[in-house]
Amino acid sequence: MNNSLIIGQYVPGNSIVHRLDPRTKITIIFFFVFIVFFANTLISYGILTIFALTSMITSRVPIRFILKGLTPVWFLIVFTFILHLFVTKEGTLIFHLSIFKFYSGGVIQGLAISVRFFLLILVTSLLTLTTTPIEITDAIEDMLHPLNKIKFPVHELALMMSISLRFIPTLMQETDKISKAQASRGVDFRTGPIKDRAKAVVPLLVPLFVSAFKRAEELAMAMEARGYHGGEGRTKLRELKIGKHDILIYILFAFVIAILFYTRSY
Amino acid sequence: MDITFKNVSYIYQANSPFAHKAIDDLSFHIPSGSFVAVIGHTGSGKSTLIQHLNGLVKPTAGEVTIGDFHLTPEQKPKNMKELRSRVGVVFQYPEHQLFEETVEKDIAFGPENFGVSKSEIKHRIQQITPAVGLTEELLERSPFELSGGQMRRVAIAGVLAVRPDVLVLDEPTAGLDPRGQKEMMKMFYQLHQEQGLTTILVTHSMEDAVKYADHVIILNKGTKYMEGKPEAVFTQKKALNKVQLDVPEMVQFLNQFQTKLGKEIPFDRQSIKQVAQSIQQIIKGAESS
Ligand SMILES: Nc1ncnc2c1ncn2[C@@H]1O[C@H](COP(=O)(O)OP(=O)(O)OP(=O)(O)O)[C@@H](O)[C@H]1O
Ligand SMILES: [Mg+2]
Repeated sequence: MNNSLIIGQYVPGNSIVHRLDPRTKITIIFFFVFIVFFANTLISYGILTIFALTSMITSRVPIRFILKGLTPVWFLIVFTFILHLFVTKEGTLIFHLSIFKFYSGGVIQGLAISVRFFLLILVTSLLTLTTTPIEITDAIEDMLHPLNKIKFPVHELALMMSISLRFIPTLMQETDKISKAQASRGVDFRTGPIKDRAKAVVPLLVPLFVSAFKRAEELAMAMEARGYHGGEGRTKLRELKIGKHDILIYILFAFVIAILFYTRSY
Repeated sequence: MDITFKNVSYIYQANSPFAHKAIDDLSFHIPSGSFVAVIGHTGSGKSTLIQHLNGLVKPTAGEVTIGDFHLTPEQKPKNMKELRSRVGVVFQYPEHQLFEETVEKDIAFGPENFGVSKSEIKHRIQQITPAVGLTEELLERSPFELSGGQMRRVAIAGVLAVRPDVLVLDEPTAGLDPRGQKEMMKMFYQLHQEQGLTTILVTHSMEDAVKYADHVIILNKGTKYMEGKPEAVFTQKKALNKVQLDVPEMVQFLNQFQTKLGKEIPFDRQSIKQVAQSIQQIIKGAESS
């Protein structure tokens, strides 16, 4: 199984970051993503980086694990940096190599964009690393609640989301099981000409779809048998509550924003 | 083919917070031609062990040897396909692997992949269909229209049609009716003897283990807990109870017999008939004295 992409992978824990109300985390990350684009001085970048790194450290998610999960994104970061290096022609000329001319502006812009990229990915993956999918859906359902007024099916949407999220690991396990069973019957997924490898997908996909449909049917029946009849009048097992920590974080984040806008150059 | 595990460990999702050690420093040797039962509480690592026998996973540490094939953390055998054609595995829920349009095609899928000729496959299917308890007319049906038990039989037929040297069975009779379970086990045993197979049976049934196996390996939490001849292993009630296993009913009966009547009949994998004869002799002896 491929575990290198951690986005969407929850790491159990009991840190402050884990215990924050999911709505707080989503709100802060929403604004963070927004204000990252306002940073334009060293100090303003610094304050955002400190905020992101502090959150990462307090979350107690193993750093090795976060870095491993970022590997697919490293490539993108490095790529944008190099692109800027070659394309931007601002500032002073610092380096001359045959036809290529590197300018200080290119380095600065490249660095800035890379840092932004890094911060965005770090903070958003921190959300999914420290918040269970169920919490995220609960939070989204709660935050979208006002849309009920215009007859938008918020509850159904949230339910669909949580069911899909719930079944991602199950489907991955199933894929693993079936591909092993077929490999044992002589299917070769890894070597051979492309045509054969494409054909090898059929014995994997057919059983996968069959079991997914069967599972969906069983789930629907089980839900009905347990009296599910939509969101109307349904109470919640897990009540979302804004606690002391949440308020503290909001205040802290307000400070971060204030400092950012104070130190950025206009 | 001889099978050897040497200090094998296997960790699921190694190097992540979800790392889970499913097999821990496991060593054993299975000589060619033996019938081995692997028994253990649920989650003890039986299915994980079996995946090594087909090169579906590499050990995290240690070495697995199957005939001339070696599996170590660093290397897998190059001719994996040959290994898989010689070691046939019936997985725990083999019905998940069905995908062809007809039952016949699905049974033929494995042998086809391993390069068996069309005519030979046809011949084998004719032989196997009645042996696994399927009827001719089912061959033309879609495998998805079958009952769970029939699907299981189709999957088993698909493995047998490859004619492996080593047969690995992961709870092959779970979910079959009692009669079907018995017949299926008998069929496996007959194959084992006729074709000189090496058979590895994962089972929760002590009765099947006693009846068919000549060697028993008890797993607990991924390590070997006990190993030996069935009559030696299955008489150790206390040790087995400790890992949530029970002795076979026959042993329980003989134990009760001894406590109630004070006469010992040593357990030697006797059939019900043989035990009845022993009891008859004891009673006759008591009457005549
Ligand atoms: N794909 C997987 N990812 C992570 N952990 C797994 C995976 N498959 C099995 N495990 C874990 O490894 C351990 C051994 O599992 P395994 O399937 O080998 O047990 P088993 O002895 O076959 O049990 P059963 O009798 O229920 O079939 C279990 O604790 C299980 O939770
Ligand atoms: Mg198992």
